[in-house]
This record gives sequence, structure tokens and C-alpha cells, in this order.
Amino acid sequence: MLKITNLHANIEGKEILNGINLTVNAGEVHAIMGPNGSGKSTLASVIAGKEEFEVTQGEITMDNESLEELSPEERAHKGVFLSFQYPVEIPGVSVTNFVKTAINESRKAQGLEEMSAKEMLQLLREKSELLGIDRKFLSRSLNEGFSGGEKKRNEIFQMAMLEPKLAILDETDSGLDIDALRVVANGVNTLKSKDNAVILITHYQRLLEYIVPDFVHVLYNGKIVKSGTKELALELEEKGYDWLKPETVI
Amino acid sequence: MAYTEEELKKELETKEYEYGFYTDIESDTFPKGLNEEVVIAISKKKEEPEWMTLWRLKAFKIWKEMVEPEWPNVKYEKPDFQDISYYSAPNVKPKYDSLDEVDPELLDTFNRLGISLEEQKKLAGVAVDIVMDSVSVATTFKETLAEKGIIFCSISDAIKNHPELVKKYIGTVVPQTDNFYAALNSAVFSDGSFCYIPKGVRCPMELSTYFRINQAGTGQFERTLVVADEDSYVSYLEGCTAPSRDENQLHAAVVELIALDGAEIKYSTVQNWFPGTKEGKGGVFNFVTKRGICEKNAKISWTQVETGSAVTWKYPSCILKGDNSIGEFYSVAVTNNHQQADTGTKMIHLGKNTKSTIISKGISAGHSQNSYRGLVQVGSRAENARNFSQCDSLLMGNDCGAHAFPYIEAKNKSAMIEHEATTSKIGEDQIFYCNQRGIDTEKAIALIVNGFSKEVLNKLPMEFAAEAQKLLEISLEGSVG
Ligand SMILES: Nc1ncnc2c1ncn2[C@@H]1O[C@H](COP(=O)(O)OP(=O)(O)OP(=O)(O)O)[C@@H](O)[C@H]1O
Ligand SMILES: [Mg+2]
Repeated sequence: MLKITNLHANIEGKEILNGINLTVNAGEVHAIMGPNGSGKSTLASVIAGKEEFEVTQGEITMDNESLEELSPEERAHKGVFLSFQYPVEIPGVSVTNFVKTAINESRKAQGLEEMSAKEMLQLLREKSELLGIDRKFLSRSLNEGFSGGEKKRNEIFQMAMLEPKLAILDETDSGLDIDALRVVANGVNTLKSKDNAVILITHYQRLLEYIVPDFVHVLYNGKIVKSGTKELALELEEKGYDWLKPETVI
Repeated sequence: MAYTEEELKKELETKEYEYGFYTDIESDTFPKGLNEEVVIAISKKKEEPEWMTLWRLKAFKIWKEMVEPEWPNVKYEKPDFQDISYYSAPNVKPKYDSLDEVDPELLDTFNRLGISLEEQKKLAGVAVDIVMDSVSVATTFKETLAEKGIIFCSISDAIKNHPELVKKYIGTVVPQTDNFYAALNSAVFSDGSFCYIPKGVRCPMELSTYFRINQAGTGQFERTLVVADEDSYVSYLEGCTAPSRDENQLHAAVVELIALDGAEIKYSTVQNWFPGTKEGKGGVFNFVTKRGICEKNAKISWTQVETGSAVTWKYPSCILKGDNSIGEFYSVAVTNNHQQADTGTKMIHLGKNTKSTIISKGISAGHSQNSYRGLVQVGSRAENARNFSQCDSLLMGNDCGAHAFPYIEAKNKSAMIEHEATTSKIGEDQIFYCNQRGIDTEKAIALIVNGFSKEVLNKLPMEFAAEAQKLLEISLEGSVG
């Protein structure tokens, strides 16, 4: 589904990603780990099409189609979803209104009619129940005054509403309490199918106990320096990242 | 400056106006220029009683002694008042034969605002050959109002048919001496509306100038007078979301609201005058004086959405004269490209337990300048006066400006005055967040701006609010690269 080959990306002339290769197939869950500043969020932003980053080499394709020329919203319409590490606030715009707009803009791009109010309400009810979200929460301004955990839960709620093909969750687990983590993980697992894929960016093994990855990758200085299965995460938890420093990995 | 009517009359008698008359009152448009003859000619044209003519002349005398204000935070070339024609008969002849002849850009905007074809024709000045729905709507509308004793007509008709009411109230809230533009308006106004709600009557529908479009159009010097008698209620809508392409550059309106004991007036405005080109050429100068007076237990709410005009200068105000009276001001002012707006309100607390609320939202984009100017004044006898003010500015890009000039004058120690202000910028991060959810940048800005303006938009009557929302979107199109 997603194929990244030899991806290099700069910001303000500084190279952040230098030669990423990654293939994600439908039905798979990939975890990306790595130290602070290694480029995990940058990779997520580049896949989503953030224009501040300049792709200098390499290619990203989705369903064999290059994403290069596509704007962030067009990528979203193709089913790319990013759960942000730091979700932004949009004062005065309710969660409901925001999600409604997002859904209808995507439908419009696909030549579909707007979702009927009835269908929308039903979907809102179903997904908010799935993620244990109080209905009152949906009429609050998007992320304004939300606690860290509420913001993350709200990102996953949006994901549930939009049903993306490829979901990239950037440190969705940080900020969630233990119960919330379980609820959110359960939500992600429920939405997972053989037709979609998930990339989990995380620092902690704990999340991977709930959402079990098929592959684990370690990003270090803008490069994937090691890939493995879920056992790799345990090893990282134990040993840290030092042993993976590019000098030591030959 | 204290002229009595008697003195004026005398002075008039000694002059030979009748002979010195050079303005041909038969013509539909007066030649350019302004002097006493022109003022008298306007009054004649309108078949006004003598007291009205004298009232106008007094205003003219005052105006001649005044100078244009310099204090607003706007820069423009001062109009040449001798280069303006002060009267032009309502345009009855259609300008075009079909919509095909109308500027396609204008039509495009109409379409996006969801304005029906028939309305488009009317607004653009295209001949209509069928009897429009709105005419019959207007008729039933008039009948319903008449049953309740509500008077709603043009100011000219009111001067003719209800002189006692007009005479009693005109100039009582905005006197001729008030300011340069109010004085000018008092001398030369030729259009506008009058509305009277009798005691205890709740006006059953929103009164809108739209229903009198056939008589009015929007004039250069409009004068509006709304009188809500004791314990009555009225919601009044002014303006139109459709873009107004007026050739007149200078607009100086006066609006006076009178809310007698226990009455409530809600006055909503959507202003969308031609703002000039993207390069800042042309556009309307909009210098408006709007003020209301509240007697005991009365309430006046001003709600405005201002998106048009090249230069705006406007401070809808409330004089809270009666005890327990309430004044409110809710405003969204958008400036884009090279527009300049200096707008805000004055809340004058005179009575006891008076309350006022000010919510002002300024949105600046392009190279525009957007200023909030507000005064909260509490008189020495206004025990327990309370005010809450909130001024928020939203900036788009780095070339525009937002300014706030809040003034507070409290002469009574029991006054409680709260002021909050914020300035924010639409961030790249907010836009990217929306983009990532499939919402393009144009729509994202609309969403953010609507969210920012929500508290004010919520105060508008329903149908108006939806239109105003779309208008905000359209006004800001292309403002982020
Ligand atoms: N807008 C920017 N301008 C300059 N440098 C940037 C910018 N965005 C990211 N960087 C730099 O790129 C590097 C990678 O950042 P990124 O956010 O991708 O790291 P990360 O792996 O997600 O880290 P963390 O685990 O702390 O979230 C960092 O050194 C960061 O400072
Ligand atoms: Mg990160």
C-alpha cells in the first residue's frame, strides 16, 4: 500500500531524513521507534505532505501512485490520516463541526454527496461510544482546553470517523492514562482490517502490548537502522538505543 | 451656535432663495455642489414641511463650521464636498436588459451566496418582466404590520405621513451638532427608513430594509429612525450580503434608535460595500453615526458584520439613560487587501444598575488595517454599572495590522468594568492540521474565521447568520498564499 524508497528530506537546508526505505502492506501494523529528534514526526509529516519539508531525493507511493504532486488534502482524500503528536487548537469550531467538514470535503473530492444529518449522527454516536467519549465533549471547541489525553483520544475519534486506509499515529500513547490507553488501543484494533494499515510511532513498549505490530523499525538520525518483529521493541526497552548507533551497526 | 427656529426663519426671509435658485428641481440628478439652495432643493424635492427644511438648514449651518475629524486611525484622501451630487432620483430604469450584460465576477459572487436568479436581477439592476414574489410578500407583510399598528416606511414618507413622530424624535439621539458627517447627513439625507412600534407590541417578524427595496435602494446619505414605544420589541435588519457596487464613494448614514421604558431593539447589520480593488483603488468611504438611547429597563443590541468599504468609521453606541437598561455591541469586522476600518462602540452609563457588553472581533488580512475603538463611560449617578468588553483580533499574514484603543472613564466608584483582549494569528500549523483532514486551505480559513467570529454570528437572526458566514468566506478568499 505504502512504499517509501530512498527518501531524503530537508528543512531550511538541514537534512532530517536521509534515505528511508519502508514498505507497508494492507493489513499490517508497523511500529517506528527511535530517540528524540531522530526524525519520526518528520517522516510522518512528509508522508502527509507538509510543505515546509523539501523532499530532495527518493519517492513515496501509495497504491503504486506517487504522492509527490499531491497536496496534503489530496493525500487525505486518498486515505492518509495522521494523528498528531501535538494536535492544534481551533477555537470556536466544535469537534462535531470539524469532523463533519472533514468527512464532507473528502466525500466531495470523491464525487459523493454530503453525508446526511441522520447518517452523520449515527456515526458520531457509534464512534464516540467506541472510544468512550462523552457526547458533550463533541460540542466543545476543537482541542481548546483539552487535556493532553483528551487531545489524543480526540485524534483517534477523528480517525474512527474518517476510516482512513493508512493511519499514522504519532505518539498517541503519550499523555494517555492506563485506562485511556486500553480504550484507544481497543478502538484502533476494532478499526483495523485487512484493507487498511497502521504506522505507530512510539517510545514505549507498552502500547505494543495492546496493538501488536507485525514489524518494528528503529529510526536513527533520519535512517532506519534496524527492523525486526515485536521482540525488537522489548530489546530496545531493555538496552536503549546506544547499541544501534550507526557507527556500531556496520 | 444656538440658533432658534425663529432666528433661522427670519434669516431665511431676508434671503432671496426663490430667485437665487439655480438647481433645477425637475431634473433627476442635481448638479454637483453643496450650498443652502441645494439643501432647500432636496427638501422641496421630497415635499417636506417647512420645519424639516429649517432643520436641515440648521444642520447645514453647523456643518459649514465643522472640520473633518482626524482622530480615526485611517488614511484617505478627503472627499471634495463640492464635487458630489446630493440628490438623485431613485433609479427606476433598469440598467441592463439581461443578466448576460452584468459583470460575471459579480454574478459569480451572487451564486456563491446562494442568491436566487430573480433576486440577482433585482440587485444588479436588470429588468424583470414578471411580478416578483417579493412584491406579494411585501404586501402581506405590510398588512400584518398595519394590524399591529406598526409603522414601517421610508423616512420621506414618515416625514409626510407621521410628522408628529418624526419631529418628536429625529435628532434627539444624534443631534445635528454631533459630528461632521452627522451634520452633513442631517442637511442632505434623502433616503432611509422609519419604524415605530406601538406600546406593548412585539413585532412579529424581522423588519428588513429588503422589503422596501423598491422604494429605497441604498442611499448615499441614509437616515434611519427606529422608535420602540414602551414594552415593545423589534428586530431590525439592515444591509445586504450581496456586494453593493455603488458609484458613490462617500456614504454617511445616521441611525437613531429610541427604546422607551421596557422596550427592546435588536439592530443587525451586514455591510458589504465595494471595498476597492485588490490594489486599493476606489471603494466606498463609510462614515456612519449610529446611536441608541435606552430609557428605564430598556435594551438595545447592535450586531454587525462588516466586510466591505475601503474606509470604515463607525461606532454604534448606546446611551443607557434609564435605570436597569442594557446595551450590547457584537461586531465582526473584516479587512482585506487595502481596506481600513476604525470601528467600535460607546457605552454611556447614566442610569443605575445599567449593564453593557462589548464583543468585538477584528479580522485583518492582506495589507489592511483594523482598529477597535471603544469607550465605556460611567456617570457619577450610575450606581452599580457593569461592563464587560472583549476584543479579539485575528491576523492573517504579516502585512496587516490590528489595533485596539479602549477608553474607560468611570466617575462612580461602584462601577465594575472588565476588559479582555487577545491577538492571534492563523498559524501554518492550524492550516496543515485542517489540510491533513482533507480540508483545503480556503475552507480551512473559513472554518477558523467562523470559529473566531462565532459569538457574534450567533447573535444574528438565523437566515442572516448563514449568509454572513458565507460572506466572511468570500471576503477572505485568496488572503493566504
Ligand atoms: N521546522 C523545523 N525547523 C528546524 N528543524 C526542525 C523542524 N522540524 C523538525 N526539525 C528538526 O528535525 C529533527 C527531527 O525532528 P522530529 O520532530 O522528526 O523528531 P522525532 O523523532 O519525532 O522526535 P520526538 O521523539 O522528540 O518526537 C529534530 O532535530 C528537529 O529539531
Ligand atoms: Mg515526534
